[in-house]
Order: sequence, then C-alpha cells, then structure tokens
Amino acid sequence: MLRFILTRVSLVIPTFLGITFLTFILIRLVPGDPIEVRVGERGIAPERLAALRHELGLDQSLWQQFLDYVGNVLSGDFGLSLVTHNSVLSEFITLFPATLELALCAMLFATLVGLPAGILAAVKRGSLFDHGVMGASLTGYSMPIFWWGLLLILFFSVALGWTPVSGRLDLVYYVEPVTGFMLIDTLMAGDYEAFRSALSHLILPTIVLGTVPLAVVARMTRSAMLEVLGEDYIRTARAKGLDSGRVIGMHALRNALIPVVTVIGLQVGTLLGGAILTETIFSWPGVGKWLIESINRRDYPALQGGVLLIATSVILVNLLVDVLYGVLNPRIRHAR
Amino acid sequence: MPLLDIKNLSVEFTTRAGTFRAVDGIDLTVDEGEVVGIVGESGSGKSVTSLAVMGLLGSNGRVVADRMMFGGRDLLTMPAAQRRKITGKDVAMVFQEPMTSLNPCFTVGFQIMETLRVHEGLSGKALRNRAIALLEQVGIPAPETRLSAFPHQLSGGMNQRVMIAIAIACNPRLLVADEPTTALDVTIQKQILDLLVQLQRERGMALILITHDMGVVAETAQRVVVMYAGQVAETRPVQSLFERPRHPYTGALLDALPERALGKRRLPTIPGMVPGIADRPAGCLFSPRCRFADARCRAERPALFDVDDGRARCFYPLPDGHPAAGEAL
Ligand SMILES: Nc1ncnc2c1ncn2[C@@H]1O[C@H](COP(=O)(O)OP(=O)(O)OP(=O)(O)O)[C@@H](O)[C@H]1O
Ligand code: SF4
Ligand SMILES: [Mg+2]
Repeated sequence: MLRFILTRVSLVIPTFLGITFLTFILIRLVPGDPIEVRVGERGIAPERLAALRHELGLDQSLWQQFLDYVGNVLSGDFGLSLVTHNSVLSEFITLFPATLELALCAMLFATLVGLPAGILAAVKRGSLFDHGVMGASLTGYSMPIFWWGLLLILFFSVALGWTPVSGRLDLVYYVEPVTGFMLIDTLMAGDYEAFRSALSHLILPTIVLGTVPLAVVARMTRSAMLEVLGEDYIRTARAKGLDSGRVIGMHALRNALIPVVTVIGLQVGTLLGGAILTETIFSWPGVGKWLIESINRRDYPALQGGVLLIATSVILVNLLVDVLYGVLNPRIRHAR
Repeated sequence: MPLLDIKNLSVEFTTRAGTFRAVDGIDLTVDEGEVVGIVGESGSGKSVTSLAVMGLLGSNGRVVADRMMFGGRDLLTMPAAQRRKITGKDVAMVFQEPMTSLNPCFTVGFQIMETLRVHEGLSGKALRNRAIALLEQVGIPAPETRLSAFPHQLSGGMNQRVMIAIAIACNPRLLVADEPTTALDVTIQKQILDLLVQLQRERGMALILITHDMGVVAETAQRVVVMYAGQVAETRPVQSLFERPRHPYTGALLDALPERALGKRRLPTIPGMVPGIADRPAGCLFSPRCRFADARCRAERPALFDVDDGRARCFYPLPDGHPAAGEAL
C-alpha cells in the first residue's frame, strides 16, 4: 500500500509543474500588471513604475521569474500577497476552512440524498419515482450555478425571508475561530444561537454547490445498482434466503459503491470549481472569492499560490479515493 | 408423500415480443433422498423450472401451478417471508457459473457464515467452526486460511466447492444443482460430480441434477426427466430409460452419446434447434426434428401417455428403443 501511494505521489509531480506553469503564464497574459491595475487612470511616473517593477521582480525575463517562483515554492515559500503583504500561505490557510466546510456540506448533501435516490430508482426501475429521479437529476446537472443560486436567493431569502442572503454568520455573533469550521466552532463555544445562524447561512450555498454532484451521484448509483442487481451473485444471495434489505443494502450496494466512490472523488475537482462561483454569489469568505479578487487585482503570488494549493487538495482527495477504491474492491487490492 | 410435489407448473415471461411460456405444464416429484436427473438441450426450460422451485424468478416471470408442495407445505400460498426461511435452508441451489455466483466483495468465510447466521442464528466460535468443517467436507485444503480468501483468489473448481458448502450449510432436504460442472475443466467436472453424489449419499438428501449430459445422468440419477421446449418429453427410471427409451427425442439424445456411437461412422447429432418464442410448431413440439413425424404429429399435440414404468409425450413411442435409421412407425 505504501509503495502504491509513493508511486502515485511521484506521478503527481509533473501535474504540479504543469499547473504552476499554466497559472503563471495565464495570469500574465491578462492585460495589466499589478502596478498598472493599482494605479488605474491616475498615471505614474515612468521612473517610479520601473522602480516598483524592479522591486517586485517584474522586470526580469519570464523564465527567470518562473524559475525563481518554482524554487521558492519548493522551499515552501509561496511569497507575499502584493495587496495585503501577508504571506499567501497563511491567507490561504485562514480562508480554506470556509471553502472546505462548504464543499464538505455540499458533498454530504449530494451523497445523503443522491445515494438513496439512486438505489431506490434502480430497485423501482421504470416506476414514476425512477422517472422523477432521472428527470430531476438531468435538470440539476444542466442547471447553470449562477442562475440557480440567484433563483434560490430570490425565492428563499428575498421572497420568503427564510435564509440569509450572504456570509457565514450573522454579524451579531462572534465566535473564536478554532477549527475554522463555523458549525464546529459555534458548538465548541456553546453558542447554539450562533450555530443556528451558521447553519442557516450554509443551507442555500450547500444546495447550490451540491446540485451537480447530487445529480451525478444519483445517476451513477442508479446505473451501478442496475448493473449489479442483474449479477449472478445477487441471485445466489436470494437463493440463500436473505431478505431484500440484505440483498440490496449489502450484497448489491457493496459492489455498486465501487464506481460511485470513484465518481464522488472525481466530483471534488468540479466541486472546488463550483465553489468559486458559489462563494461569489453568496459572498462566502473562502478561497474561491479570494481567488476572484486576486485576479481582479493581478495579485500574482496570491493567485498562483491559491491555484497550486487548491490543486494540491484536489490531488490529495483523488489519492484518498484511489486508496478507498482499493479498500472497497478486493480484486484491486490484491492485484497490487 | 413425495418431498417435492409439483403438478402442472407453467412459467410465463412477459417480454417486449410478447408472452413466452418457457415452462409449459410440468409435473415433477422428488422423493426424500432421491436423485432425479433433468436433461434437455439448451433452452428447454431446465433452469427456469429450478428457479421456479426456488422462488427466484424475477418479476417478469409468472409462475402458475395446480400444486407446488415441499415437505407437505404449500409453496404457492406461502408468504414471501415464510418462503425465505425454507430457501437456502431446506432447499438449496448450486449454480452453473462458480466464478460469478459468489460475491466478489466478500470473503468466502463471510459468505458461508452468512447462511448459518441467518438460518441457524449461529455466531462467534461455533459459527467459525461450522464454516471450517463445511469447507473440509467439500474437500477444500487448509480450510482455516481459506476463510479469509476472496472468490477471485480461488479457482473455478474451488469456488464451486464453496458454493456447495454454502448450499449444504444448513443440511437441506433438497439440493438443486443446475449444471454444476458445465463451466469447469473436464478433469474438475468429475471431482465436483463425485463430491455432490458423495454428499448426497452421506446426508441422504434429495438431489435434482440438471445437465446436458446423458452420461452424467446414467452414473448418478435414479430417475430421469427429459425436457423439451418447456415440457416433459419422457420421464422414467434411469435404467429402463437407457435400455429402452420410448420418446424419439430421448432416443436421439442417447444416440448422441459417444459410447453408443462407437462403431458408427459419424457421431449422431440431432439436427435443428429447440423452438424458441417465435417458432413453436402447432402440433408436437418435436415434430420439426423428429424422424417419425407424420401428419397427425404436425397437427395435434400429444399428451403424456403412460409407457412401461413412466410416461412419454408421443403418439408413436419407440417400440424397442432404437429403430433403424429411416424406419417409419
Ligand atoms: N428472465 C427471462 N425472461 C425471458 N425469457 C427467459 C428468461 N429466462 C429464461 N428465458 C427463456 O426461457 C427459455 C428456457 O430457458 P432456460 O434457461 O430454462 O433453459 P435451460 O434448459 O436451462 O438451458 P441451458 O441448458 O442453456 O441452461 C429460454 O428460451 C430462455 O430464453
Ligand atoms: S408425436 Fe410424432 S413428432 Fe412427436 S415425438 Fe412422437 S413421433 Fe415424433
Ligand atoms: Mg440453464
């Protein structure tokens, strides 16, 4: 198992280099460097501009800049934000829990609703429920996130007033950040009012972000279950006199989970992409919103570091999924 | 009273092409401790019959029968929960494909113990010991270590032994083996067959052995049911059937046996195929392939007539088993 993990990690190195290179080039292709963007229409003396550029190392060749950057990153230095002058790494670490909390809730929502819906649809294949689930998931999958988010806000927040429009917590509460997860921090502080506030802030973003994964999980579960239910070993399970709860919930589901877990893992990348939009819609103070702001300010180090760190977390999750896949699938586990 | 008593069993499948009667009015009885062989070509309804006995047909298979009794209990009116207590315990089944019939995600030990846990409420050390003893009885070496093996780590023959262990776990009164050796290597086939016969003798359980192979039936069964296109073509005690088959189809199957074909120039095969959903003839179902078919055969369906010590579905039962080729009746 350890050797498997090590090979996987070594395969990841070219991916990292590629990602670093792409973000590095792409952000520089956007017109306007950090100084020009900050100065705006006010104008700046050419000597001052040259001095500032030199200070930031922008006067060096692109290759030199890239090599310097890679060198720094390899020694764990992601640089300072050009705007706040804080360390990029520490800004990321401060903001990441908000994103993670949102992403985890969305994934939990997608799994808790999608798995049972897919199982039931497969078992009741061709029924009204099955058609309902399939139709809903097709709709959910094709729903544009921005539009869907605004729709939910208009209905639940504006028209009904049930949920807050933006942020993570009402301003009247203050909770000492310990884990960075608002739900956990409020509970640890014993402030149940704040917990409820945090929860109500989470509901809409969770639904918006979880919709696409929910659709994917439901569809995948259904098709995996349908395939498995036709297998010989399901007939064997019934020939043993097991009740349908055990046949479906254990013998069939255990096998169907193998492709479903893979799909859930693959959704993590999509999820973090979706988080950027969702955070922007709901003013969620996470890394997604921070990245968008960094683009607008041409905050090169923040953007590069942010993308790299997000890529790292996606890769870590995929690695975790691979390991889990091996645990779930004995045939893979022993093949190694 | 027979252990299994089935009268006029039919199974209909609803498919896109229409309703298809895969099993058509079959009578089947099995006595306590008896070995009954069911033979017939592919598509003759052997598996569907056994699945109906086990109650394992899917929702698109409709089972009707005049009577379906097991051990004096009515399987037709029994609620599903009641039936599950019999299935896998008193009636168990071994399938054709050992490599796909075991769940790839669970260990062999788990899959054996599951049956014992559900039907006999065993647990802990007693459960484990029973599982080890079962693996021993079906001839699996080093049973303790095999408990934690997954099906993909074992050969087809070993997996079939595991399937047999699961089937006999709760000492069933009836074991249904549906072509248990067809998917295995020839050398392994004999071992598995011998194992089944040995277990049947030791435990005195009844055995329904389904096969394509007349030779296997000759060696193991006491009584034979020959099926053709969902119906019983002939049913007789094994010895007299082999000595003097009365149905032309049985005669042709026996002629196809290699031992009997010795000395002949060509191995006889039966031309044509079992009629499927679309091409069932109006008269005798065997008439398109029967050497002795006449106008009556093509117009009318023969009933099962009493012949000698059994029954045959033919207007003109063979007088002495093997009329010379081309001889008309
Ligand atoms: N679930 C089903 N739906 C529709 N038709 C079916 C179904 N199961 C079996 N049949 C049909 O019923 C007929 C009898 O099939 P069955 O499997 O009992 O044959 P068999 O005698 O066991 O053949 P083999 O020797 O190949 O196993 C076949 O024509 C088959 O296509
Ligand atoms: S009834 Fe006629 S066609 Fe049918 S098996 Fe007998 S002789 Fe052949
Ligand atoms: Mg079959």
